Formats: sequence, structure tokens, C-alpha cells
Amino acid sequence: MSVSAVELERRRVRRSQSLRRALLATLATVVFFGVVGLLVTSSQGWPVVKRTFFDPHSAVDAFPSVIKGFGLNVVMFLVAEPVILVLGAAVAIVRGTRSAALFPLRVVAVLYTDVFRGIPSILLVFLFALGVPALRLTGVPTSLFWLALIALVVSYGAYVAEVFRAGIESVHPSQVASARALGFSNAQTMRHVVLPQAVRNVVPPLLNDFVSLQKDTALAGAVGVFEALFAARDYANFHFNFTPYVVTAVLFVALTVPLARLTDYLGRRSLGGRLSGVAR
Amino acid sequence: MTLLSLAGVKKSYGDKMVLDDVDLAVAPHDVVCLIGASGSGKSTLLRCVNLLEQVDDGVIEFDGQDITDPRVDPRTVRRRMGMVFQAYNLFPHMSVLRNITLAPQIVHTVGQDESRTRAMELLDRFGLADKADARPDQLSGGQQQRVALARALAARPELLLLDEVTSALDPELVGEMLAVLRDLAAEGTTMLLATHEMGFARDVATSVCFLHEGRILEQGPPSQVLVEPREERTRQFLRRVL
Ligand SMILES: Nc1ncnc2c1ncn2[C@@H]1O[C@H](COP(=O)(O)OP(=O)(O)OP(=O)(O)O)[C@@H](O)[C@H]1O
Ligand SMILES: [Mg+2]
Repeated sequence: MSVSAVELERRRVRRSQSLRRALLATLATVVFFGVVGLLVTSSQGWPVVKRTFFDPHSAVDAFPSVIKGFGLNVVMFLVAEPVILVLGAAVAIVRGTRSAALFPLRVVAVLYTDVFRGIPSILLVFLFALGVPALRLTGVPTSLFWLALIALVVSYGAYVAEVFRAGIESVHPSQVASARALGFSNAQTMRHVVLPQAVRNVVPPLLNDFVSLQKDTALAGAVGVFEALFAARDYANFHFNFTPYVVTAVLFVALTVPLARLTDYLGRRSLGGRLSGVAR
Repeated sequence: MTLLSLAGVKKSYGDKMVLDDVDLAVAPHDVVCLIGASGSGKSTLLRCVNLLEQVDDGVIEFDGQDITDPRVDPRTVRRRMGMVFQAYNLFPHMSVLRNITLAPQIVHTVGQDESRTRAMELLDRFGLADKADARPDQLSGGQQQRVALARALAARPELLLLDEVTSALDPELVGEMLAVLRDLAAEGTTMLLATHEMGFARDVATSVCFLHEGRILEQGPPSQVLVEPREERTRQFLRRVL
């Protein structure tokens, strides 16, 4: 394909412009982090901080027990997430029902979201882990791991229910009118028209909640579940070295960054979709 | 014989009287056009007929049955009517074909093959056969409205309710929609529609109702209401829109 001289010149200029921009970005980054690094490492307390927080020996030493604990965090998250999704969706759907027979269920759903959204997650973890075993109920798990996990499910379920409810309310009212006009029942309208659109709208905020859930699995450590933070604290208390905390932090970052990026990506994509689909 | 009749229908939102003592009759094969300024109550009237709104007083009868009786299940009434709104009719998360076949399948329990055949027949007729698998947002506004019409017709309704189905369309797309409606009218489809298209009302309507602040001020054949209106208000309205 032949290209005119003007276009060739334009391409040359664009290439040199982007080269210059890349150089500037690199330079700025090196200078910025160099200055920050210099400021930190030249501070008076740095040698002590370096020894207690960034000690390679302690990092290696503590790693096996921290990573083992981190396995629990990951398992908790993987088990809790689907359960929370189902619970949240169920509560949101119940709140949207109209039938008179379901009135008591609606009351329960409203109470549930109001109460459990108001209680700090860490407090719920304490209440479940310490309170439930004291009840001595048969058939109820007594392992701290499961009790802490249930506390997180209950706490996040209330949030996710509200996210779903917002998603349901964001569906254009004409969609509901159209479904009704076609003779759909309330349940059919919900299932075929409202929910599919609501779910699509709430994917980014839901992922956001899950990033926060991943981190909050560390709350289980507060009642003695041997997850990553607890393992790190165990090591730190014993060896007077805080490096395992930094190791734990790095592990959590490594876990949440992919999800956070996915959230951004989906958020942008759904925004684009909404902008291009205006004249529906 | 009448298919639909309204007698003394009243509807208000809060203190605002939106329909004030409306009487109206639609016989089979009639095309009744509701005209009137924005806010005069055209959409509200159509929504009351479809039981999307509850009337505050008066009676609506459909095929001899009082459908404003609270013991009547609105779904059984809506199944026998088709309705198209001004915009946002189609379900954006399904294909065009699925939009049309969903109600026949889940509301009317028509089989998959039969509902598809019927849907393709309608799409073909409206010149949209090649769009069956498209998503609604891949269609032009005019195409979307024709799909919405096909969807409303899929279950062979006895009455078609249309609420300004062309008013969200670009001028060049209005014509194709109106052509389809003309065809349906010629076939004898019974329609009650709100419209700003006076040309269409003049050519196609069997009767035109002029609504003003929730009252039907004047109704009659288009040759009378649109050409030599009795009421001063009608004359003012027509001067503004023609
Ligand atoms: N859900 C509602 N709540 C309160 N007021 C409403 C509601 N729906 C309609 N109205 C009011 O009722 C009046 C009649 O509305 P309606 O939509 O029936 O008018 P219209 O004749 O269809 O107008 P347009 O030509 O603009 O579509 C308006 O004043 C409107 O503000
Ligand atoms: Mg209207």
C-alpha cells in the first residue's frame, strides 16, 4: 500500500514524539522513586526499621508458616465468595417481592441488612467465634475457622444484598412496564428481565467488595485462626522481628491486585457499553 | 359492538387530576387516535387500559368484562393486548428473536418451534429477517420500534396499544414505522394509539379523540375533529402542531 509523503512525515513526527514521552516518563519515575528512597533510607531510624521490617533472614524463616496461613485466607475467601453472592442475591430478591405470603420473609430480609450492615465485621467475628460455641448447640460447627468464615459471610452478605438491590433499582422502569405489558408475572419479570440486567450493572461494585473481603479474611486471626496475619504475629512476638508483616502485606497485595485490575477493566467496559447503547 | 369501553374513568396523581371523567369506546377493527398536548393524559389513559395503573373511579370493560374489578388478574387481560412504548421497549440482554419469542413461550406456553416460526414471519414482514440474531443496541431506533411492534403482535393480541411509538425516532425513520402501522390498520388490527402524527391520524384513524387536561374535549371521525373542530381548544392545538 502506498502512503503519501505527508503521512510518512506525520508518522515520523509521531514516532519521535512518543519516544520523547517514554524517555520523560522513565526519567520522572526514576527521579521520583530515587528521591523517596533516599529520603527514607537517609532517615535517622532507617537502620532500625531495616533490621526489624526488612530482614531477609526473617523473611525466609517466617515464610513457610505465613504462606501456610495465607492458604487459609485463600480458602476462606474462595468458600465465602459464592455463598455471599447467593445470600446477597436471595435477600435482594426477597426484598423486591410483592406477594402477601412472603411478608414475613421481607421483614427478615430488611432486619438482616439493617442489623448486619451496622455491625463492624471484626465485632461479628468475635460474636460468632466466642458466642456460638457458648450456646452449645448440636450440629453447629465449633471450629473457629468456620465460625469466623460464617461471620464474614453474614457481614458481607448484607453489603452484597444492598449492592444487588441497587442493581435491581437501576434497571429502567420501562423494562418492567414492557415485561408486565407482555403478561409476565412478577417472578418472570424478575428472572428474565430485571435480574440479568441488574447483575451486569453490579459486577464492578461486587468485585470491589470482594477485594475488601479478601483482606478481611485476616480478621479471623483476631480469634486465633492460624491465617497469615496470625502466623506473622506469632513469629513477630517470638522473634522480635516484624518482617513477616511485610511479607503478609506483599502476599495480600499480590492477591488483590489482579481482582482490582479486573474491576477497573470491567468498569470501563460497561461504561463504554452504556454510552454506545443510548438509543435503545 | 365494542371491544373496549371506558366509562367515567378518573385518575389522579396526588392532587393532580390526570384523567377526568373519560368516556371512550373502541370497536373491533377501529383505529382510535388520542391526540393532545404533552401532559394531557394520553399515556396515562393507555396505561390504565393495560392495568399498569389503577383507576381512581369509573369502569373499563374489555370484551364485555369489567377489567377494573380487583378480582381480575391483570395478566389474563394483558395477554390479550399488545403494547408498545415510546422507547426502551426491548430487553437489551437478549437477541431480537428471543425478545419476540420469550412471552409466547413463558406466558402463552407456545412451543419453541411455533413461536420461532411466528417471530420470523413477523420479522420478515417488517423487513428485519436478517436481524433476528442481533442485539437490540445494534439496531437503529426505527428498527428497534418495529421489533417492539413484532413482539407485541407475536401473541396475536385482540387490541394493540401504542404510546407515541414514533416520537423518539429521527424524522427519516418515522415514515417506515408509520407504513407498518398503516398496513396493520388496513388488515383490520384494532388499535388505540397516542400520537403526534396528524397526517397518520387523518389517513388511518376511524376516530380521533382530543384530550385536554385529562378530559376528552372532542371526539369523532378525523375528517371532522382534524378538519373542522368544534372546540376552540382543539383549533388552538391543531394550529400549533400542523
Ligand atoms: N407516575 C406519575 N406520578 C405523578 N405524576 C404523573 C405520573 N405519570 C404522569 N404524571 C403526570 O400526569 C400528567 C399526564 O401525563 P401523561 O404521561 O399521561 O401525558 P401525555 O399526554 O402522555 O404527555 P406526552 O405527550 O408528553 O407523553 C402529566 O402532568 C404528568 O406529569
Ligand atoms: Mg405520553
